[in-house]
Order: sequence, then structure tokens, then C-alpha cells
Amino acid sequence: MANETLKGQTMGTGMLKHLGLGPGFFICGLFLLVVFPILNTLLPETSIFHISDFTINLFGKYLAYAILAIGIDLIWGYTGVLSLGQGVFFALGAYSMGMYLMLGIGTEGVYESALPDFMVWNQVKELPLFWRPYHSFAFTVIAVFLVPMIFATAFGFLAFRSRIRGVYFAIITQALVFSAWLVFNRNETNLGGTNGLTDFKQIFGFRLGDPSTQLALYMLTVVFLGIAYLLCRAIIQSRVGRVLIAIRDGEQRVLFSGYNPPNYKLFVFVVAAGLAGLAGALYVPQVGIITPSQIGVLPSIEMAIWVAVGGRGTLAGAVVGAVGVNWFRSQLTGSVPDLWPFFMGGLFVLVVMFFPDGLIGILKQMKAKVSAWRQSKSSTIEPSEAQIR
Amino acid sequence: MNNYKSIQQTCWIVTFFAFFLLGIGGASLVQAAENKEPVTIEGPTTIEQAFENLTTGDRSDKKAAIHFLMQHRDVSLLPKLEEIRLDVDRRTRRLLTPLIKLLSNQINLASPNSDVRRGAARDIGLRGSQDALPLLEEALAKESAKWVRYEMEEAISLIRLEAEDQSIRVAAIQKLGELRSANALPVLTEILQATNNEPDQQAISNAATEAIDHIESWQTFAHAVETTLRGISLSSVLLIMAMGLAIVFGLMGVINMAHGEMMMVGGYATFVIQELFRAYMPESMFDYYYAIAIPGSFLAAGLIGYILEVTLIRFLYGRPLETLLLTWGVGLIMIQSARITFGDLTSVQAPALLRGSAQVAVGIQLPYNRIFVVILAIVAVIGIYWILFRTPAGLRVRAVMQNREMSSCLGIPTRKLDSLTFAFGSGMAGLAGSALTLIGNVEPEMGRQYIVDSFMVVVTGGVGKLAGTISAAFGLGMLNKYLEPFAGAVYGKVFILLLIILFLQYRPAGLFAMKGRYADS
Repeated sequence: MANETLKGQTMGTGMLKHLGLGPGFFICGLFLLVVFPILNTLLPETSIFHISDFTINLFGKYLAYAILAIGIDLIWGYTGVLSLGQGVFFALGAYSMGMYLMLGIGTEGVYESALPDFMVWNQVKELPLFWRPYHSFAFTVIAVFLVPMIFATAFGFLAFRSRIRGVYFAIITQALVFSAWLVFNRNETNLGGTNGLTDFKQIFGFRLGDPSTQLALYMLTVVFLGIAYLLCRAIIQSRVGRVLIAIRDGEQRVLFSGYNPPNYKLFVFVVAAGLAGLAGALYVPQVGIITPSQIGVLPSIEMAIWVAVGGRGTLAGAVVGAVGVNWFRSQLTGSVPDLWPFFMGGLFVLVVMFFPDGLIGILKQMKAKVSAWRQSKSSTIEPSEAQIR
Repeated sequence: MNNYKSIQQTCWIVTFFAFFLLGIGGASLVQAAENKEPVTIEGPTTIEQAFENLTTGDRSDKKAAIHFLMQHRDVSLLPKLEEIRLDVDRRTRRLLTPLIKLLSNQINLASPNSDVRRGAARDIGLRGSQDALPLLEEALAKESAKWVRYEMEEAISLIRLEAEDQSIRVAAIQKLGELRSANALPVLTEILQATNNEPDQQAISNAATEAIDHIESWQTFAHAVETTLRGISLSSVLLIMAMGLAIVFGLMGVINMAHGEMMMVGGYATFVIQELFRAYMPESMFDYYYAIAIPGSFLAAGLIGYILEVTLIRFLYGRPLETLLLTWGVGLIMIQSARITFGDLTSVQAPALLRGSAQVAVGIQLPYNRIFVVILAIVAVIGIYWILFRTPAGLRVRAVMQNREMSSCLGIPTRKLDSLTFAFGSGMAGLAGSALTLIGNVEPEMGRQYIVDSFMVVVTGGVGKLAGTISAAFGLGMLNKYLEPFAGAVYGKVFILLLIILFLQYRPAGLFAMKGRYADS
């Protein structure tokens, strides 16, 4: 399986065409990676085109979420397996990074101890064993991917092997995230309890409060989002991708054709977990805090809705959905916080009932209509591609 | 909410104050024991004289007066003593307290209310004053209620522990062991420590060892019984919830994430009916509100379920994952609506019949509300079985569960059946909510606490067989409660999830899988 994806990547420059990247990818990349930072740094603050540090920071958070959403899309939109437990993998990545950042505080904390503040407060005398490797940045980077992926492998192996699928899988993963949430909330696990990890000061020698550090983190997130997008694209375009889609559309037939669906499902599940871990790791330094309430049952199921809103089965849809919903949430919770649950609930209902293909689906429909209208206007005899569809 | 908090605060203050008083009382007892001296002969001979001594005499006079009054035990003096107590200095007040307590306990011992009598007997026992002994013995002779007698015997034995005579002490210790008295455990332990190495008190220490063994093994047993009871009542709530879920899932393949919110609807329906009764019905009728609330909560949740099915869910046939998300969204909206309408905390007062608890044995209490929940679950199970297997509607439901197309061809209105089944399942959740109001508060998120567990029950039990749901509900509910003391609530839950995942390795379709020849279900 791994060979398949590698093949996709080693095709060199011709690969971009092979991946079927449209101009949209490059335009978005240009905007996010070049235009936004320029608008942020070079324009005076009084200009209407100026983008504030705050906005950059917010978008950094949204784009981190988008990485996670791409993973969900891969497993749900393409493979048809709905996981309501992505919050767990997000948490594992986020807490890994959070632990590194906690240790980076050093003696700058309130109690001026080498231990994180909450440990002093909980009367922990020395650093727990599993915290120690997080002094190393290299270890942290590896752990951010590896911890969620190993966990996903163990869980996924058991779940897929016993043919838990459909709603059963959704429910089991929800129970998983519920249990994880309970455990993260405990004080004796030494992960900060309900208050989580916060008060970070620096990352890799740079102060986290600096706008320039935040801008760099934002750009790093954009780059990683691009890489994640390309990786998933490569998976989907490969033969593995075809099997995944086949599993979504008729798992039994795939099984009877001689493939072993559990292996394929496990593979995407682990990839999605790795992406969630990465998203968590990018999220933490930009938001500055990670608590159990950000990874519970509710946030995890909302993550699935981002993808549904954007459009399942299209990677761009996942990104659009994650950024769009979260942007809207920031707008709404700022002005009318009481209404947010209504809106979120309504979104669940609306998307499922009326827009099963999400925003991207609406866009496609409109495109088809426009081209159909154009066709009828020029009244050519040849039917357009859209009409055939 | 503020109101609730202030009540809680008051409770704390009262408790604290009670302990404070108890402490003072204890201290004065110790003091009294230290200052034990032969009673002076020139003590008071009449009540009037005693009162005079109390107010004017010196300390030994006062002691003698109090001793006299204790022997005399005239209840009618209590108001006067209270008056004196307000005037005298602190030291005298300390001397007076045991006397006043004794007299008020004496009044309480004659109370027609058995709970008051029990309380008085327990209080006397804990105070351990020798003067109260004749009082208790008299009361015991007249007493007929079983648990009041128990409390009195316990109190008598506790007081006799302080006796001079060794044989009386040994007898008292043995009696306490027989009574399996939990109150005696700390005292007995103390006695054992004090007498362990003294050869002349070997009999006492032996008796104490035996009694402690007896009491402790009983306590272990009682604890196990209570854990089991708690497990059964948790299982019952889970069962009522999960049966509704399982029926809907089995019939329509719909996972209703708003099931917990249907439970919340049931809870609030009970609350609203209670408030209506409080506002519009005479006080004497208040307790009957619950009789209306049970069907009321079922109907309210059922109605909302019906509307939900007709307007939304029926369009999502055969797309279970979409229904899951949709119902979750509906649940979010319902929770927020409830929060805006009712605020965060509303509590339901259980009717008088369901308050309190029955004592089955020493240290084992059966709260009526939990018994009621269990009975409700049993009734619900029987009702569902009856409907499914003894009525034409149930026959149709089972037919559709087995083969939808064929049933439809045979003229069963499957769509209508779906709507009604969904409404029925939601109604079951409403019933669970109504039962829960007896145990906990009504709050917008009350359903969310149970929903994950209920789903686990459905998954473990397997779809389509009620026997699976029932055994899974009891298995998980009991396991939950048994694990709690060892692993704590959190790790217990994690452990159970792990168990379920491992269990599904062996039986992927749950405990009781529907038999059939489908490759795809």
C-alpha cells in the first residue's frame, strides 16, 4: 500500500498534472502564503486591506483545523467510514506539542519551578517519566505524528478486524473520545486536568507572543496544509484510492473481489489520525492553550460537520468547510453567543437534509446551470459535458 | 439557582454548627468524667431548691443540682431550664447541656413518629450518659417498632460499655457484635486497643475482637448489597433508554442521537406538570402530580419524536450516518431551547410516597425512588414484550424488522409503522427522563450523560433482540457500579469500553445477533 502512494509522489514534476491539480490550488496557495503575509506586514494598519495579527492568528487556527478536516474527508468522504473520535488524535498531537511547550517555559512560570505550574499546584514532586522525552524538539515532532498513529493502529486494528462498521464504528469511536475526554480531565494523569496546558512562553527559542513568530507559525500551517492536501490527493489518485472509494460504495463487493477492506480502512484511519495529530500540534502554539473541552464528544462530532458543510468526497470541500464554519463561529459567538448552538444544530440539519454535497456541491450545481444556460444561448447541437452528467 | 446555593450554604452552616455543639457536648462529658467525685449528701432535695442552686450556688452546688434533676427526669422543667441556660455563664451552660439534651430526647422518645424516636435513641447512645440508661430501658419495654427497638438496644449497649462491672461490659460488647452495630465500631476499636495488653481484661478484649470481626464482615456484605442495588437502579435507567434506542435502530436502522434529549423532554414534562399542580391544584392533591407526569412525559417525548420522524427522519431512509448527524443537530437545538426556556437548574420534588427509604437489614437501606425506577423498568420491559408479541401492531413491527419489502407487499403500512415506532421509542426515553427526576436534577444536558452508555448497551446487546438489550444493560450497569470502588468512575468507564471492544472481537454482532442469511446488514 505504501508503495502505491510513494509511486504517486516519485513521478516528479509531471505529478502535479497527474494529481489533477487545478489552478485553484495555486491561487489559494499564493493568497494564503504570499498575499496575506504581505498585507499583514507591509501595509500600514490604517489601510482597509491591512490584515491584523489577530486575523492571521485566527486563520492559522482555522487552517490547522483544515488539516484535520482533510483527514476526516479521506476516511469519511472517500472511504465511507464515519469516525466521531478524531478529537482523540487531535488531542494526542496537541498535548504532545503542549508538553514540549510546557517544558519550554522553564522557570518562567508563576511558581518559578522547573516543573509546570499545575504540577506544583498538584504537589507533584518530580517530572513524570512520560514527560521527560518532550524536552527534545526532535522527539516531540516525531511523537506528534507517531503517538496518534500508533494509537489509531491499535484501535483501528481491533475495530476493523471485528467488522465494526457504519453506525457501530461511529458509536464506538464516540465512546472512545468520551473515555479519552474523561481521562484527560483527571488530575492524576499529569496532563493539567480540566485546565489543560497553557501559558506557553516560547517555541524553539522564539517568543510565542511575537507577531512575527505567529506569522511564521501561520505560514508553516499553510505549508503543512499544502503537503497534507497533496498527500491525500496522491492517495486518492492511486489504486489504493480507487479501492477506498469502492469500499465506500459497496464493501461486500470489494471483499468478494479479493481485496481485504479492513486493511485499507486501517490505512486511511491511521493516515487521518496522523493528520489530526499534526493539526493539533500546529493548533496549540497558535491558540496558546489546549484543554479537554476542545477535544470532547461535541467538538469531535462538529469536526465531521465541517467536512459535510464543505462537501464530502472533495478535499477542497473539507478545507472550505473547516475554515468557513470556524470563521462563522468566531463571528457569531462574538456577537450572539446564545444563538451559536441553534446555528450549529441548524447546520447539521440543513446540510444533511438539503445540501448533502455541501458548499462545493452547490458550487458545482451552479456551474452546471451556468454552462447549460450558455449552451442554450449559443444553441449548439453538441450537448455539453455538464448535460451528459 | 441562587436560592439553591443559599440553601446549600445554610445546610453547611447548620451541619458545622451541629458538629460544633456536639464537640462542646463531648468535651463537657469528658470533663464530667474527669471530675467524677462522690455526690455530696447536702444536694438539693426539692426541684425548687435545685433551681435555686443552679442560679445562685457555686460550681459543686450546680453539679449536684444537675445530678438531682437528671435523676428526677421531669420533662415539664425543660422550658425553664432553657431559660436558665440563656442567662448563665458558659461553664454552667456546658454543665446544663447534657441535662437539656437528655430531657429533650426523653420527649422525643415518646413521640408518635418512629423516625423521631429512632433519632432520639441514637443521640442518647452516642452521648453515652449513664443517667439515660433507665430512660432507655423504660422506652424499650414499651416500644414495638423493629428499627426503633434496634436503635434503643444499640444505645443501651453503647452506654453499658462505660460500666464499671466487667461482666456487664463483656455482655454489652457481645450484644453490639450481635447487633452488627456500625456506630459501635470506633468505640470497640478503642476498647480493644486499651485492653489488649492487660491480662486482667482479657475477657473484654476477646469479646471486642470477636464483635469487631462480626461487625466488619457484616459491613462488607452490606456494602456489596448496596452496590448491587445501585447497579440495578443504574441498569434500569439504561435499560429503559436502550430499549427505545434498540427498537428504533432495529426497525429503521436509525441511530437517534437526540434520544438523550427525548429523555430531557420527559424530565422537563415532569417538572412542568409539577409546577402546574403547584399553581392550580389544592395542596393535598400535590403528590398525585407524579401519576400524571409518568404518562405525560411519555406522551410529550413521543409527540416530539413523532414530529421529528415525520418532518425530517423519514427523508433519510437507508442513510444511517446522515441520520446520526441530523439527530445530533436536533439534539443541540433542543438542549439550547431548554436552557433558554428553563434556565440551568430545575429540580423535581418526589412525591411523599417515594421519599425516604426502607430498611431491610442493619446498614442496608433501600431508597424508595430507586426501587420505583427498577419497578418502572420491569413494567416497561413487560409492556414492550406484550406489545411486540401479543398485539397485531407488534406482529407488524416484527414483520417489518425481518423483511421490509415483503411486509410492504403484504399490505403493512410500513411508513406509518415507522413513525409510530419512532414515537414510541422516544416516549420510552421520556419515561426514563421522568424516572430520573426522582434521582437527580432536571437539566438541559441530562440526556448526554446517559446517551453514550445507552449506545454501548445497544452495540453490546446486538440489534433486533430485546433479550440482548436487557442482558447488556444489566451487564454494563452492574459492571460500572462494581468497578467504581476499585478503579474509580473514570477508569471504570475506560475499562468497560476496552472490554466491549475486545468482546466484539468474538461476537461482532453483539450478544444476541439476529439470525439471517444477509451478507450485508
